[in-house]
Order: sequence, then C-alpha cells, then structure tokens
Amino acid sequence: MPEALQDLRLVRLTKRFGTVAAVDDIELTIPGGSFFALLGPSGCGKTTTLRMVAGLEEPTAGAILIGEQDISRHKPYKRPVNTVFQNYALFPHLDVFENVAFGLRRRGVRNVKQQVDEMLELVELSGYGPRKPGQLSGGQQQRVALARALINRPQVLLLDEPLGALDLKLRRQMQLELKRIQVEVGLTFVHVTHDQEEAMTMADSIAVMNAGHIEQLGSPTDLYDNPSTVFVANFLGQSNLVRAAVTGVDGDNLLLNVHGNRVVVPRARSRAEGTEVLLGVRPEKLHLTPVSGDATATANTFTGTVVDTSFIGVSTQYVVRTAWGQEVTAFAQNDGKSALVPPGDEVVLSWHAEHGFCLDASEDVTAGVVIDDEADVRPTAGARS
Amino acid sequence: MTTVPTARTATPVSPAPAVRRRRGRFLPYWLLLPGLAWLIVFFVVPMVTLLTTSLQTGDPFNGYSLTWHWANYSDALRAYHSQLIRSFEYAAIATVAALIIAYPLAYAIAFKAGRWKNVLLVLVVAPFFTSFLVRTLAWETILSDNGFVVRMLRDVGLLGAEGRLLATPIAVVCGLTYNFLPFMTLPLYASLEKIDPRLVQAANDLYANPFTAFWKVTWPMSMPGVVGGTLLTFIPAAGDFVNVQFLGAPQQQMIGNVIQSRFLVASDYPVASSLSVVLMFIILVLVVVYIRRAGTEELV
Repeated sequence: MPEALQDLRLVRLTKRFGTVAAVDDIELTIPGGSFFALLGPSGCGKTTTLRMVAGLEEPTAGAILIGEQDISRHKPYKRPVNTVFQNYALFPHLDVFENVAFGLRRRGVRNVKQQVDEMLELVELSGYGPRKPGQLSGGQQQRVALARALINRPQVLLLDEPLGALDLKLRRQMQLELKRIQVEVGLTFVHVTHDQEEAMTMADSIAVMNAGHIEQLGSPTDLYDNPSTVFVANFLGQSNLVRAAVTGVDGDNLLLNVHGNRVVVPRARSRAEGTEVLLGVRPEKLHLTPVSGDATATANTFTGTVVDTSFIGVSTQYVVRTAWGQEVTAFAQNDGKSALVPPGDEVVLSWHAEHGFCLDASEDVTAGVVIDDEADVRPTAGARS
Repeated sequence: MTTVPTARTATPVSPAPAVRRRRGRFLPYWLLLPGLAWLIVFFVVPMVTLLTTSLQTGDPFNGYSLTWHWANYSDALRAYHSQLIRSFEYAAIATVAALIIAYPLAYAIAFKAGRWKNVLLVLVVAPFFTSFLVRTLAWETILSDNGFVVRMLRDVGLLGAEGRLLATPIAVVCGLTYNFLPFMTLPLYASLEKIDPRLVQAANDLYANPFTAFWKVTWPMSMPGVVGGTLLTFIPAAGDFVNVQFLGAPQQQMIGNVIQSRFLVASDYPVASSLSVVLMFIILVLVVVYIRRAGTEELV
C-alpha cells in the first residue's frame, strides 16, 4: 500500500445551501503525510468542507483532488478516505472487533483477524474485541472509531471534532495519543476543530476558517506570532489591538504614532496598507514595570493604570487601562523576580519591536473574539509560545 | 443529598418513620393488586377452565365431567390436523407479505417523510377507527365476483372467465395481511426511527455501498421491530377465524373456525378446548424458538 502519500488538493471548492455559501471558493493544498487542522468557530464551513472530502456532501462547484485524481464526484464508498465521526457513529449491534473489521470485510481483505488485532494494539484496546461499543467509556469509543478508520490505511484520514465529546483531561491525553499514532502510521490526517489549543498541539499546519473562506494558512507558531487578519489574531489566543497612524519608515521599520506614543514595528510584520493600522501585541509579550522603577525602554512603551490583577498560578493576568482609556491585557510569568502589582498602580507597558504586528485598520476589531464556551482553554494560550 | 444526614440526625428518634417505611415497603405490592386481580380473574381462571375442559368427557345433553381423558387431544389432532397446518401456513404467508409491504412503508415514514411523518402514521392507524368486521366485509365487496378487481383480472387474463377471488386461499391471505398490517408497520417504524442516519453514513464511508449498508447496518438494527411486528402479526393471524368466514370457503377453514364451530355450534367443549390448548402451545414454542434465533436480546 504505502506508495508515496499524495497531496489532498481542494480547488475552488464551494458549497451553497440555498443562497448561503457554507464554503466559499476555497483553495487548499494539504501535503501528503501531514497532520493538518481546519480551525474555526462553529458555522465557519470546516465540517462541510470535511464532509465534501468524505463524499457525504456534494460540492456546488470546484474539485477535490488526491494526487492527480479528481474524486469530487466519486461515491463515498469508493473514496480512499475514511472519517472519524464527531459522535463516533460506532455500530452498536457489532462488537469492537467487527466495528474495526467493517471496512476490511467490505473490501474483501484477507487476514482480517491479524490486522484488527494489530490495530487494537495500536490504539491500546487489545482484548476489547468482544465488547459492544455501549460497554466502553467515551475515550475507548473514540479509539475504536479511530481504529475503525485507520485500519483501512486511507490516503486521507478525516477527523471531525474527534475529541469534542471528551472531558478536558481525557482530551489532552488523546491529543498527544492522536499525534503519536499519526507519526506512527504516517498517514495524512485532516482534523476539524473549533479548539485552537487542540489544533496548535497536534497540527503541523493549520488553516483558520471563517465564514466559508480561509483566513490564514500556516504553522501554529507562524499563525500565532504573525497573524495576518484581526480574526486570526483574536481567534488564536488573545491579542491587544490598538489603533495607530503610520508616520514614516525607518530602514526596515515602520514608525507609528499610537495616541502620542512613538512605536516601531518591523515592516515585514505589517499586513496593512495606508496610514491607518491596527497595532497588535500578544498579552504575554507585554512587559509590565512599575512607573516608579527604572523605565529603560524609550520606544514601544505606554503608560497605564492597572484595573484588575488575577493571579492564575504560573502567571498573573493584568488588565491595564491606557492613557486614552482602552483596556489591554498583559500576562506576567510568576518567576519570582517581580512582585504582584495591585490594581490602581501606574505601570509602564513595553515590548520588543519584533513582537508587534500591524493589521488592516478597516477590519472589525472584535472579529474572532471567542465569547466563551471553552473557557478552559483560554488562560493557557498566553503561556504556551 | 448532602443535607439529608444532618436533617435525619436532628430529628428525634420516634416510631413514626419506621411505620412509614414499612407501609412504603408494601406499597408496590398494593399497586400490583388491581392488575393481579384482573389477571387471576381473566387469565388464570379461564386458563384452568380451558385445561380441565380439554380433559372432560360427556355429551351436550347430559353435560361433561372431568375424566382426564387425554385421548381428546389425539382425537382432535387426528380430525383437524389439516386445518391446524393450514392456519400456520396462512399465518406465515400473511406475515411475510405484511413484512414485505410494511418494511418499505415504515422505512419511508422514518427516513424520508419529513414533515409528513405524523400524517402518514395517522393514516397507518386510521383503519382502527372502524371495526375489524367492517373492514373484512369491505374486502368481501372489493374481491366479490362482480367487483372491479375480479373484472379487471379477468380482462387481462390473470383469472379465467369463471375465475374468482372470493372463497380462495388468496382472498383469505389478503384479508389476513391487510388486517394485521398496522401491527407490523408500527413496531418496524419505531425501531427504524431510532437508527441514527450517521451510522449509515459511517458504513458508506467504510466502503459499504447503499445495499450493503442496508444489510449490515439498517436491517440488523431494525431486528427488534421485525421480531415485534412478525409476532404481532403471526400470533393473531394463526388464530383468526373472521377472514375465512367472510372471504374464504369451507375448504380454507383455519383452526380458529374449527374451534368456533366446535364450541358454539356442536357444543363439543372438550375438543374445542384441546384444540385451543394445542394452538397455544405450538405458538408458544414457535415464538420462543424464533426469539432465540433472532437473538433480539443481544440488541442494544
């Protein structure tokens, strides 16, 4: 089977339901053998995209190619693609063994027993063969669903929010597990999720989707450190975005005026045209120093007043009101070098020029802000890069 | 939950809770009583009467008395085994026919009907608004010699010039199939409706074409409905006597007709009773074997 893994390509793929374009003319190449995540809020079209690749939804326009072959009009049972469904969709009338063997039996493969046993071992469910899915825990069912799809060694394995039904702790564990299995079997995984942490933990590259199109494509670090739209800046982790005016260019740097403060941003990190921009800085990149202390930095500083201090453990989260009345967030590692700053204190916020980024000011500043059903993943976002 | 222990320790010990608890313990049995009384009066008593009657001897004029005359059974079977076998044949054919008609119907209502689902379900049940007898009489009219069905079949040559439908096995089986169709459709619908369509998608995703997906997923998962529906059709059909009476002829007599005429016409209570017992026993055995074979208890 393992001929060189082929790329999955989506070419101008579109799906309309009535007049609504759920997936709007997307172009995407997913390299063979990679762990790829489609990340976006619910209703962004990521699941529809996945279902089109699986053949469970017919594209309105465009093509789906594996290597050079267009599979977009093939029946689902004729595609070299398998899916791990959101609620697993295990066959309740079959035991674990027969669930996993289902695809092999349909294709008339020999040595089913050996392959199923190997696969159950890979997902650490050896000996569970005779059980019915109803007798397994959520995490075990999840692994059966994975084994049932993986055993067919598809060109592309699709995972539709595979960890959504698991509790947080199990989800963390399964994230690492999935990544291990992907490396071990070396297949192309396409993973759909709304959980930015899940996507960043597992994926080699991520496509952030919003309202039927792809906002940005890149590696997790790339997307996090250098978001190209407000949506990405807000949806992946948190961002402080402030309005700024471009006042000039100095070599490789852009000079900005932020409400009277002089700020420098590398030109390479600006995605904006014109003189009005949004300056972005991640909360953990903002350094907080008491105003009485020695303010060494001359550029890239604001002053402000702490309005809220929340001690989280590994870090402290500050909300600081700037001189022009905007609230920004800063995370400080609790490394024991500096004391907690109480609310009401005047502080100086500073950051390295290479940590700032500029975005198009015409965008909605709140795009992609997660209003929060997944509170559990938020606070750690700052601590991770 | 957590406040209960503190509340209990706070209450002074008194006999009242113990009394309440004892009454509480017997409450379920009190609730059982009406049903139990009903069963005793209308099931156990008739059952015992039936069994004893089947072992009596005598004649209609001088009365019958219990003589443990087991030969009633062999006499009855010798005289009426052909009607008995015919009953099971007709019932089996009608059950299979009802399954073939009802399965696509229930499938369509469960998966394809959309907002018409409830309307269609009402239509399935609608025949119950008129009586069993009236419906069977309607079939007598439909299948009568100068009805349009017979005339049409004669015109296209499927029936000879003198051919008829009434008083044939076909008419009896048609009547049985029609009358018990809702009993087949509703259990099938109930179990099909519970099947998650995503399971069929999963089967398609795992290389099963629509036909295989049906046989490997939808059909086995609908087995509770198939078993329920076939039992609800087969059991009453095997004991039915109305359809033969209106749609059949003496040559198509089923065991129900024999029991009825032995009992009400000939007043031969022992033979009628022994035939009833035999019918019950055979159905019981068939049902047990059938349920074992269908393995429904393993289904989730």
